[in-house]
Amino acid sequence: MNSIEDLKHIASLAKLSLEEEELASFSQQFESVLKHFENLNQVDTSGVVPLRLPSPINQKLREDDNIDSENTADCLSNAPERSGNLFKVPPVV
Amino acid sequence: MKTDLLNAKASEIAKAVSSQEISALEVYRFFKDRVGRLDKDLNSFVSLNPEAEKRAIEIDEKIKNGEEVGSLCGVPVAVKDLICTKGLKTTASSKMLENFVPTYSASLVKKLEDAGAVILGKTSLDEFAMGSSNETSYFGVCKNPWDTSRVPGGSSGGSAAAVAARLVPIAIGTDTGGSIRQPASFCGVTGLKPTYGSVSRYGVIAFASSLDQAGPMATYVEDCALVLDVISGEDELDATSAETNFSSHKKVNLASDAKLKIGLPKQYFSDILSSDVKEKTQKAIESLKAKGHEFVEIDFQYTEQAISTYYIIATSEASSNLSRYDGVRFGHRSTEAGNLNEVYTKSRSEAFGSEVKRRILMGTYALSSGYFDAYYNKACQVRRLIQDEYLKAFEEVDFILSPVCTDTAFKIDEKLDDPLSMYLNDILTIGVNLAGLPAVSVPLGQSSNNMPIGLQLIGKHFSEEELLAFSKTVEQEFIAERGRPNVY
Repeated sequence: MNSIEDLKHIASLAKLSLEEEELASFSQQFESVLKHFENLNQVDTSGVVPLRLPSPINQKLREDDNIDSENTADCLSNAPERSGNLFKVPPVV
Repeated sequence: MKTDLLNAKASEIAKAVSSQEISALEVYRFFKDRVGRLDKDLNSFVSLNPEAEKRAIEIDEKIKNGEEVGSLCGVPVAVKDLICTKGLKTTASSKMLENFVPTYSASLVKKLEDAGAVILGKTSLDEFAMGSSNETSYFGVCKNPWDTSRVPGGSSGGSAAAVAARLVPIAIGTDTGGSIRQPASFCGVTGLKPTYGSVSRYGVIAFASSLDQAGPMATYVEDCALVLDVISGEDELDATSAETNFSSHKKVNLASDAKLKIGLPKQYFSDILSSDVKEKTQKAIESLKAKGHEFVEIDFQYTEQAISTYYIIATSEASSNLSRYDGVRFGHRSTEAGNLNEVYTKSRSEAFGSEVKRRILMGTYALSSGYFDAYYNKACQVRRLIQDEYLKAFEEVDFILSPVCTDTAFKIDEKLDDPLSMYLNDILTIGVNLAGLPAVSVPLGQSSNNMPIGLQLIGKHFSEEELLAFSKTVEQEFIAERGRPNVY
């Protein structure tokens, strides 16, 4: 991340808009953090299999039976805005 | 004689309640009253459970009717506000979830309630558990009961402060990079970060899914064991959860004269430690040596790279996990949004605090096109090497011992503007999360400025029973040195 422009691009990917002040301070902080991250390059990792989870996933499958799940009213109970049984949002464009 | 609720172990409280020596309602009122009197100086609770009194009365009814009650019968428990509690607001200390009321409880909360616990309230944390000081909570800083000008640590700072001031005998925290152990150390309480998979993560609001693990914080090691036995085990709602069948509470009370071999990572004992921490840790080592345990030096050559590894993985996973906060289905929605894209962007920008934004941005960068291999993938490779170092060490040693933190609790605002310096604080705790191991923070007494210092003990995967038993022997050596916090 070399510039304010790069940071703005990353922010748009993360659906965040930053104030000018945030842009300036984040950009400076990222510079030192990213510089620190460079110490990974000192490690030879050729042929090392990446470790994504520290223990194996339990691959047990259950029977495909009907089970109780949340009802619609519960699912909608935290919605900022709704219309009948649906989550309501402003026009897409 | 009535139970001494200020000093009782959780098992003693449960026993007194079930034998009707004291009622669950009296126990609840005792701790609720302490919260009312003392928490204004601490701000350790985000909210109290309005149903708690009713729940205590129900437990008393059950006992009167001769119904079966569990091992935590009538014991008040505080739950970090990152963990979903059905019908009780769960905020993650964020404006984003300021009004979020979960429609289900986390599996671990259900288990606590099934065992008879009374959920007293929800405790403060760094926003979305991102921090080591509890300063980034949207609902204000939580303070250290030993010195209210200092941080309680984080991210489970509220849970640690509440237990330290004995506002509650037991609290639940979560630990992604040290978030149970570091605040436990800063506040002088005991905290267990279980093995990755020991405790179901279902209903624990996700920060970094391959690192997050919930666990107990309490006055005594034995209480941590009691709670672990309740909350651990396989859960079909969390594919990473494991079958455990721990009987740690029983095992911590069995006397053992086994002579153990303990590893000391030489990089954890370098000049990064304050003289107080160094001295206390050395004292602990000497006392264990006197009991016949053997110490060997171990070499963790990737210690310096562990911080980078951790922060790349944690922020990458956070950026992905926190994409769910879009202002559509739950959480904050901006009133300024004119179209759907603005709903996403404005809602997120208005409701996330600086540290959360910083981490989302870092993670988005690490995962973005062209950088994935250099950052995320590389970090996962180094993570493998770090785990291998631990596994190799455990071929030779039974436990690994180190300080939890390089120093005692720092002043509020001291490090807030310097994220890198804050991140470097985690150097002694993050390896455990990267490798998925269990670890305990046990209080060793106080420093020269009367701030608590904890000792970290690390065990093999799923060795919680042995780890807690060993932790108890350390606790016994140092329990007489424990003082009382100022707010108590």
